[in-house]
Amino acid sequence: MKGATAEKDASMQKQKEMIASHFHELAHVKESGKKVVYTFVPGNLTELINHFGLLPVLPEINALQSGMRGKSAEYISIAEKAGHSEDVCTYVKTDIGMLRAGNIGPTGEPLPKPDLLLLSYTGCFTFLKWFELLREEYDCPVVMLHVPYQGDGEITSEMREYVANQIRQVVIPEFERVSGVKYDEERMKEQLKLSVRAEDDLVWVLDSARAKPSPIDAWFGGVYYIGPMFTSFRGTQDAVDYYTMLREEVQDRMDQKLGPVTPDGPMREEKYRLVIEGPPNWTSFREFWRMFADEGAVIVSSSYTKVGGLYDRGFRHNPDDPIGTMADYCMGCYTNLNFPQRTALLESYINDFQADGFLINSVKSCNSFSAGQLLILRELEKRTGRPGGFIESDLVDPRYFSAANIKNRLESYFQMIEAKRAGAKS
Amino acid sequence: MNVCVGIDLGSTTTKAIVLDEQGKVVGRGITNSRSNYDVAAQVAKEEAFTNVRFSMLSRVLEDSRLLGDQQADFENALTRAFALEGYMGQLDRLEVHCREDLSLGRHADLTLALSSALSEILRRLRKDAPDLFKPGQKARSDFFRDIAGSGFIAAASEIGRSGGAPFDRIVGLFDKSIIPVENEPESRSFSQRLLAAYSRIASLFRIDAARVREQLARVADTPLMPVRLVGTGYGRARLPFPKDQIRSEILCHGLGAHLMFPMTRTVLDIGGQDTKGIQVDETGVVTGFQMNDRCAAGCGRYLGYIADEMNLGLHELGPLAMESKHRVKINSTCTVFAGAEFRDRLSAGEAREDILAGLHRAIILRAMALLARSGGVKNEFTFTGGVAKNQAAVNALRELVRENYGEVTLNIAPDSIFTGALGAATFALRDINAGKTTSYEHSLVGAPHAQPQLTKAHTGDCNGDNCGH
Repeated sequence: MKGATAEKDASMQKQKEMIASHFHELAHVKESGKKVVYTFVPGNLTELINHFGLLPVLPEINALQSGMRGKSAEYISIAEKAGHSEDVCTYVKTDIGMLRAGNIGPTGEPLPKPDLLLLSYTGCFTFLKWFELLREEYDCPVVMLHVPYQGDGEITSEMREYVANQIRQVVIPEFERVSGVKYDEERMKEQLKLSVRAEDDLVWVLDSARAKPSPIDAWFGGVYYIGPMFTSFRGTQDAVDYYTMLREEVQDRMDQKLGPVTPDGPMREEKYRLVIEGPPNWTSFREFWRMFADEGAVIVSSSYTKVGGLYDRGFRHNPDDPIGTMADYCMGCYTNLNFPQRTALLESYINDFQADGFLINSVKSCNSFSAGQLLILRELEKRTGRPGGFIESDLVDPRYFSAANIKNRLESYFQMIEAKRAGAKS
Repeated sequence: MNVCVGIDLGSTTTKAIVLDEQGKVVGRGITNSRSNYDVAAQVAKEEAFTNVRFSMLSRVLEDSRLLGDQQADFENALTRAFALEGYMGQLDRLEVHCREDLSLGRHADLTLALSSALSEILRRLRKDAPDLFKPGQKARSDFFRDIAGSGFIAAASEIGRSGGAPFDRIVGLFDKSIIPVENEPESRSFSQRLLAAYSRIASLFRIDAARVREQLARVADTPLMPVRLVGTGYGRARLPFPKDQIRSEILCHGLGAHLMFPMTRTVLDIGGQDTKGIQVDETGVVTGFQMNDRCAAGCGRYLGYIADEMNLGLHELGPLAMESKHRVKINSTCTVFAGAEFRDRLSAGEAREDILAGLHRAIILRAMALLARSGGVKNEFTFTGGVAKNQAAVNALRELVRENYGEVTLNIAPDSIFTGALGAATFALRDINAGKTTSYEHSLVGAPHAQPQLTKAHTGDCNGDNCGH
């Protein structure tokens, strides 16, 4: 039987190698002549970018990596010196600061300039402004894919056609122009078949948290599991291999009835099962995780791990209809859901994963997705009868992470669940 | 007597509540949190224990009928003599620390002059001490550093002026020694101090001194056994308790408010550096809460800065604000900008009371936003924390709650500062009833001098012959 640590290392090692190789390739585009496309995670068109031999760069991911590497404070300060206000999204400022500081990527190698900016998702208004800024910084073209919001809670055939037409008439011609490669539908179908295989395994991994104890932490661990799927690797054999490996590891943990591996080793006792809304804080990621792990709290499901697609609710790329399926994918990511949909989704997670409660980590500098979160909280409390908790931090600005305050709230929240349980028993 | 203790380590003050096994509050203690939380917790607990013993003493003396109609005066005199004893003990320790400092050689040619100044100052302080604790005398502060400090400075100034050791060097001795003095527990036992206090006053009453002394000794020697301590508050992580004896202040305030006012459904607590909106159910269990984030805007500390800025005592702010005729509208509740905001308004010609009225309303407006986020204000509504003592803040709250939520019963207990400690002590009692015990090495009193009486929960299941295991 394989040991828990060795298992963790295998898939993580694989992911690390994939990332290193990707950034190495990016650092050597001058030699290889490859072209570079910067784009966003929600509604990303990774398969299409790869189809043309273009190399994707995801500024959001670079920003969060800068946060984890302790670089974001410096980058934010550079951006603020350049005139960006304190209230601007800290991902944007970290990206601008990184660019001004020499554009060194997370692996220590320099990032190339973009040949094209693909504004793949417009549900976050800041994204528009972000690429407007990058267009000025890099003096390069932007191709915009306008993604209609699911304001009425559905994707209509008109919406689908609207997005598919943009992919067909705007995005693909621009990619062909930049890369010099012609679009090949049959080859695209093969790529999407690989996407589906990896998607199936990712869903299996996320669903494993239904077990008690959960073998994974679907937020702190989940952000690693979604890495290859949400970034540059979907539709590649590497991604398929990664998820096969991860699935085996998780299966092994499940068989042994082991909890997730935390920064301090395997979790001993699962005391609280929680659903969480919002992204984690990246600058104090481990410290933040410890605040949960030390109390025996496991995140069994999260909305953040769905910002790059709701595979767990049945979506799969359809190899038989490449452009249509890409349109569906763009409109179906979590950030594109309306409030009733988000609330219903979280409610189903709370019930399906037998959670003791749910938490919201509200992001100080994100106006788009923090708005309305308290209303979601109240509604979920009403519908599920389970206690909700509210904490606040930021994505990558360390000034907005107050450990004592967050710990205080979390401890109070866990004790509140405990007191409710005791009340229910008596 | 078995007791449960709750300790609330706030950023400004540390409070302790002692409960008997029936859950009755038998003692309360409060001290400044100073820089040493361990000592603050211990001092607050000792104060509460003293409080317990004085209550016991009152009952015992009443039952014994030894004092007749002199009892109230006797208790008052004894309490003051006991405080005087504590003060004299601290003066002794102050002298020890100052002399130690003198012996280090750093004062060189001034050593002799300083030593003689110190002797003179302490002689005066000791001589004046009984007057400070005379019946009818109102203490200007509860804390040794303030009471002794003012006398020390006055004497040092006189000595300096009359050609003795320089004033700043003499006061330097005090400054260097006061923190160790504050952080050192009293070396004499309660019994020793009580009997010493009694010796000071016995001759003033027409009593059978030997029999009264016997009753005093009996109470002083009754063991007070803290079977469980629970800590809460801002500094709770610093308490030398195991994790399961530490509770969140949110839960403690929720439960404490419920115990004080059982119909409470919403609690607002404004403390030194945080504000909390708490919703509780009919049993006092917290169902939801919100608290301020990193910023202490609009908390008690904000009023503290304003008081400093105005050169007023904290307790003088409320009454002054209530004299306002034309409240000024203040938008910023930033603690850091408080002084600037205040000066700006003054220079614009606004009256102090009008600015203060605006500041109080601004704090409460911020609290209202927090309450709204926590789920609103439900009937009944209980206001706790240091700011609940401020009548201008209470008035602003009453007005805004009525505007936003209609008529709601607003509860404020006179001892609301003890809400968190009461909740903690009750958690301790519940733990005991659920079968948990305290590890004595983690309690603040160190090893107990007697074995605790086991509670029913520990003895009920297995009593030898009837044990089926």
